[in-house]
Amino acid sequence: MKINLKVWRQKNNKAKGELKDYKVDHVSPDMSFLEMFDVLNEDLITKGDDPIAFDHDCREGICGSCSMHINGRPHGPLAGVTTCQLHMRSFKDGDTIVVEPWRAGAFPVNKDLSVDRSAFDRIIAAGGFISVNTGNAQDANNLPIGKEAADEAFMSAACIGCGACVAACKNASAMLFVSAKVSQLSLLPQGQPEAKMRVMAMVNQMDAEGFGSCTNTGACSAECPKGIDLSNIARMNREFFSANLTGK
Amino acid sequence: MSNILDSKIPEGNLNEKWTKYKSSVHLVNPANKRSLEIIVVGSGLAGSAAAASLAEMGYKVKCFCFQDSPRRAHSIAAQGGINAAKNYQNDGDSTYRLFYDTIKGGDYRAREGNVHRLAEVSSSIIDQCVAQGVPFAREYGGLLSNRSFGGTQVQRTFYAAGQTGQQLLLGAYSALERQVGMGQVKMYSRHEMLDVVTIDGKARGIIARDLVTGQLERHFGHAVLLCSGGYGNVFYLSTNAMGSNVTAAWKAHKRGAYMANPCYTQIHPTCIPRSGDHQSKLTLMSESLRNDGRIWVPAKKEDAEALRNGTLRPTQIKEEDRDYYLERRYPAFGNLVPRDVASRAAKERCDAGFGVNSTGEAVYLDFFYNMTEKYGRTEATKKGIENPTAPQLKEFGAGVIKEKYGNLFDMYKQITGVDPYEEPMQIYPAVHYTMGGLWVDYNLMTTVPGLYALGEANFSDHGANRLGASALMQGLADGYFVIPYTIGDYLADEIRTKAISTDHPAFAATEKEVEDKIQKLLNIKGTKSVDHYHKRLGKIMWDECGMARNTEGLKSAIASIQQIKTEFWSNVRVPGEANEFNQELEKAGRVADFIELGELMCKDALERNESCGGHFREEYQTDEGEALRDDVNFAFVSAWENQEDGWKLHKEELKFENIKIAARSYK
Ligand SMILES: Cc1cc2nc3c(=O)[nH]c(=O)nc-3n(C[C@H](O)[C@H](O)[C@H](O)COP(=O)(O)OP(=O)(O)OC[C@H]3O[C@@H](n4cnc5c(N)ncnc54)[C@H](O)[C@@H]3O)c2cc1C
Ligand code: SF4
Ligand code: FES
Repeated sequence: MKINLKVWRQKNNKAKGELKDYKVDHVSPDMSFLEMFDVLNEDLITKGDDPIAFDHDCREGICGSCSMHINGRPHGPLAGVTTCQLHMRSFKDGDTIVVEPWRAGAFPVNKDLSVDRSAFDRIIAAGGFISVNTGNAQDANNLPIGKEAADEAFMSAACIGCGACVAACKNASAMLFVSAKVSQLSLLPQGQPEAKMRVMAMVNQMDAEGFGSCTNTGACSAECPKGIDLSNIARMNREFFSANLTGK
Repeated sequence: MSNILDSKIPEGNLNEKWTKYKSSVHLVNPANKRSLEIIVVGSGLAGSAAAASLAEMGYKVKCFCFQDSPRRAHSIAAQGGINAAKNYQNDGDSTYRLFYDTIKGGDYRAREGNVHRLAEVSSSIIDQCVAQGVPFAREYGGLLSNRSFGGTQVQRTFYAAGQTGQQLLLGAYSALERQVGMGQVKMYSRHEMLDVVTIDGKARGIIARDLVTGQLERHFGHAVLLCSGGYGNVFYLSTNAMGSNVTAAWKAHKRGAYMANPCYTQIHPTCIPRSGDHQSKLTLMSESLRNDGRIWVPAKKEDAEALRNGTLRPTQIKEEDRDYYLERRYPAFGNLVPRDVASRAAKERCDAGFGVNSTGEAVYLDFFYNMTEKYGRTEATKKGIENPTAPQLKEFGAGVIKEKYGNLFDMYKQITGVDPYEEPMQIYPAVHYTMGGLWVDYNLMTTVPGLYALGEANFSDHGANRLGASALMQGLADGYFVIPYTIGDYLADEIRTKAISTDHPAFAATEKEVEDKIQKLLNIKGTKSVDHYHKRLGKIMWDECGMARNTEGLKSAIASIQQIKTEFWSNVRVPGEANEFNQELEKAGRVADFIELGELMCKDALERNESCGGHFREEYQTDEGEALRDDVNFAFVSAWENQEDGWKLHKEELKFENIKIAARSYK
């Protein structure tokens, strides 16, 4: 296949960026989207041009590094799939594909398609944990947890921290990401003691980072590669209001 | 025996060594801990666990990773599970049995003392993770669920669907971020360590490059912990993350740390076969699938041929025309033989002409039997259906399979375009894990005082072959439960050492060396990309130092690698500048180190005139094609010292006082 690309190029955080045109020939339908970029970069390097910077590591849809906005959609056209798991068989010969970085004030561009998502780490540092030092734990089976609660917590814990939810939201809200962590920990008995403090701290940090507010459009969940459900946001809102009420 | 290789295994009975050690090791009092600084390179299971635990104890910690967040370390990708000798299933497991299985699985090439300690602390790891909120799989009664993995006959593997590594790492990451929030850890993401700084023979810090600005930075530490993962990417194609590399360990090696058993590589039997030249990495299909999948190839060559050119589908091959070669060769363990054995058996069948995909390099992993007969029937019974139809059996069974392995099945379909609920998976062995690594003593200290190695970066516990679900266990054991004790042994003598200014000449000199090397790479301005050399290196390593090795091949590999090294340093093209975000420059530095490592791996493989675990020398095999160990001459750890004019081999003798060393049989 032959593919036409329009790719966002931006030298660094301060520079102005623009879309540039590229052509990639000899694209195999079995290639992943990132392998197509490998081929393009190899070509650019041999020609003496600057290759395109993009984040990636596991290429298995689990590390959350890859982050391309493809034809207006975070991670491209398929539901439940990260950019690295998208294959060229999802496109047609001759297609023109526009590739941009995540767009959000809280995610400044480092270079080209790579953005700075450290705001997510700071939100976790504010409260996304259970305070238990190494060596303080009791025997794991002393605390039975119903399979349903465990499974539900697991579903929320499946978030890979990619930031597609923020990129998909017109307000660049981080509610889905934050609520997934809040939910995981509040669904488990171990997470109860700090539940109120946690939700307050995480929401405050989220606001401080400059993420927008949630207007319930659901775009985040629709584009989330791990199917994190909107019910997480509802749960977090309940927890937040109840924490606020009790003034903790 | 050179005494620098003192493994420092405590005296006494095997099952008392660690307890006694813990109660007699030097301690550092809380006030002193606050003035001791520790550098942790890496934020995978080993690094995050160590950084968090040491910070909780009061040390001042700096932690580094090259990804944009510590949560993205390669550990995140581990799928299948983590072992622990909890004996929750009441199937006869014990600390001793986990210890025994690990030594045997490692083909008697690991230290008894270290492995026993690992088995002892395994249980606390699960407790710690559950307390952090790690959502392990559970039974309806609310208790933890287990499954079995290769090389064992008990169920001791804890898991979280096919995302165990992710959940464990997110647990360790949350503990780490908690300490970051409290100011006890300073986190440096998107930073790559490019050298170790030594002063008076001790590790005193690192030089790191800020990968966004390209600036070099100097960081002091009273001790430096390398938790930088494995080097499987020396093969170019592997199941490791794209960024996994040997640079941190290799720089340490250049500064005096010995590399141990570099040739012990684990080739994992169940990975998705490659599809073409564009392939950038290989994807693992978790070993846990072997619990429910049967491995086979056609028994007739003409069927194999027809499958290869697509005129026959695997579902059309009759039961009697299938060769379940693992069940045939190893009736006691069947599809659950250890990885090295399963990989070689697959290669043997494919080399003999029975491989199935277009490349002839694939075998089937088939779920149909368990899906219908095991799970389908049980579910039908639960539903009170006495004579279920074939479609019913399949439907019910598929539900159970989905619950257990859903994400793996989806991933397989996404990558290959084939639905594994309908057709068996095609799999082939791929490079997965490196048992070799920096030599460390019982304290996890390398041969450079104050420089430690944890997790996959060290060589310590898996001998010549690692059992499934034991890397996660080892990484977390090292980080949560071993280093917090053993580091005290060294730091107790350091409490009078004031933080050394990074203006010290040693920092300046090391930084200069790093800078010069970067400039050298940028100035070559040749014609070939970094990947070009990496691919060539990978092919040589896979062909000559992969699943089967021989003298001639290894010798020619060494010559070819030296040639690649010369070409790389005269003709590589690294675009861009030093002081900017430059991913090609990052790759170039890593590949330069891989090339040197590749040569040492071949040298190590050549030196070891026996077959053991993942190291299979064709000259040393039984009539039945099984690995032939030589315990009289090779029961030692090879530890390589880097010298001006090449490498010098040191041997650490392995003593087996508690296990009778025997031929490893899974028949
Ligand atoms: C696909 C796959 C599945 C697996 N499944 C299992 C399983 O089910 N069970 C099991 O037990 N094991 C499994 N393993 C093995 C296991 O995941 C790894 O051995 C283990 O996670 C390694 O952990 P680690 O902490 O040692 O290193 P890693 O997780 O690799 O972390 C390395 C860290 O070091 C950092 N780093 C490296 N170099 C530098 C540098 N120069 N400067 C700064 N930072 C640096 C990286 O940024 C990263 O943070 C699997 C492996 C793979 C590839
Ligand atoms: S909620 Fe979904 S989209 Fe958002 S960070 Fe997590 S995985 Fe990515
Ligand atoms: S590269 Fe890891 S999720 Fe895409």
